[in-house]
Amino acid sequence: MSRVPFAFEASTKPPRDGAKFALRFWANAHSRGMEKTYAALEKFLRFAAPLFKAIGYERMEKPMVAIEKSIKGALFDCRMCGQCILSSTGMSCPMNCPKNLRNGPCGGVRANGNCEVYAEMPCVWVKAWEGSKAMDEGNKIMNVQPAIDHRLKGRSSWLAVSRGAHE
Amino acid sequence: MNSPLIHPHDLGPTPAAPLPELPDHSSRGRLERVLRRGEFAVTAELNPPDSANPDDVYERVAHFDGWVDGINATDGSGANCHMSSVAICALLTRVGYSPILQISCRDYNRIAIQGNVLGAAALGVCNVLALTGDGVQGGDHPEAKPVFDFDSTSLLATMKKMRDERAFLSCRKITDPPRLFLGAAENPFAPPYDWRPLRLAKKIAAGAQYFQTQYCYDIPLLKTFMQKVRDMGLDKQAYILIGVGPLPSAKTAKWMRSNVAGVHIPDSVIKRLEGAENQKAEGIKLCIDLIQEIHEMAGVAGVHIMAYRQEESVGHIVSESGILKGRQPFRRAFATAADSEMPPSTVGMGQVLTPA
Repeated sequence: MSRVPFAFEASTKPPRDGAKFALRFWANAHSRGMEKTYAALEKFLRFAAPLFKAIGYERMEKPMVAIEKSIKGALFDCRMCGQCILSSTGMSCPMNCPKNLRNGPCGGVRANGNCEVYAEMPCVWVKAWEGSKAMDEGNKIMNVQPAIDHRLKGRSSWLAVSRGAHE
Repeated sequence: MNSPLIHPHDLGPTPAAPLPELPDHSSRGRLERVLRRGEFAVTAELNPPDSANPDDVYERVAHFDGWVDGINATDGSGANCHMSSVAICALLTRVGYSPILQISCRDYNRIAIQGNVLGAAALGVCNVLALTGDGVQGGDHPEAKPVFDFDSTSLLATMKKMRDERAFLSCRKITDPPRLFLGAAENPFAPPYDWRPLRLAKKIAAGAQYFQTQYCYDIPLLKTFMQKVRDMGLDKQAYILIGVGPLPSAKTAKWMRSNVAGVHIPDSVIKRLEGAENQKAEGIKLCIDLIQEIHEMAGVAGVHIMAYRQEESVGHIVSESGILKGRQPFRRAFATAADSEMPPSTVGMGQVLTPA
């Protein structure tokens, strides 16, 4: 497979081969369960907001980023854009799209549903569509997402949720 | 000389100036007027030159003269380097043509794009087409940095904001907003097929007023797509122009479907070309047949002809398919005649075919 740089996060993770097992595809296939887990997590984060505030959000940032990176990195091949929209994208991380599309697939999706750029990788948005169909609030995929804020790259979106700064 | 049946609203006092205002129109361009009048619109894609000579642009565009309502100036299509879209548009507006500025998110960030949009509007551009852009891996500079700061949907939303709210994405005010007719692309022939009509709806929500699709060679697939589009009432909210183009040979068709991103060509099309004595002529005939079938389809507002390296066949294709129904799109001679007060017949430009 040719090495083509990603627009957002160059060189961290290689593209996922659809023929091999990857947690990303498992999480996506279980999007409904993930949705519920995420809803519970969000509830907890909001509940814990006073505690986080007492510790100080800036002091929390580094350890939280480490936790978030390891969990979401393993489950979704998260690229730490810092403005997570997984629940609007069928639990398929849009930053794995080599064009970093956050609003849907490009016109180059191959007939077998694979990526235009990485012929071996299933299109992130084909997976997103499948995932969203199984979710309770799957229609959130129709929300028009704003352009990405590059300042948030590498920051914790869980803390942003806790702070209520996410919306 | 055929009678110039151009609509009076489609001619301005000078070729380079935008047309006089019309109520409820978002742009002062010809393409929006044609579509709003309910006429079957024709747009064509210009293959940009690899040169700094403006005559190369004028020579190529002469093939479209009097046959099309809009001319797409591609923006590094296939991730290959060519003359820029803004520059081609500026050359075209100077002589009165109605260009469509293609903006690919691959090559510029939001600062460059918004600046370009203002600049293009200042140069008389009335139509834009927001595109994601092909990946750099397929072009002549695979080592380039892919930008993708926007995606096509957020680009549409930004341009809508610039036009309607008179502000940049940053909310900083724009004193004179760009009067643009906003377009987007769709590919009904790529997965996930059942999401494609919804993606159209999403782009309409972001600001798209018209669509140009990828090449159509599969009528049944288009019919399924258009059925869903009509069921959702989307054909009433935006104008849909279906992409078509003549295939020069079966060999090229096979090459295209395996090497050009997003192009779907069924085996039946390749067989038809292979079975023909003159494959190039058959390709043109196939294109005309497709246009006629598309023309009959409910909810379709026009066709977008992408005759790559066959620009000279566009006049013949439009004329043979009979989609203009005697209507005369803008010809450079109209503008030149208005300028020099010479009768149009004496200043005929390029190889203008007379409709059959």
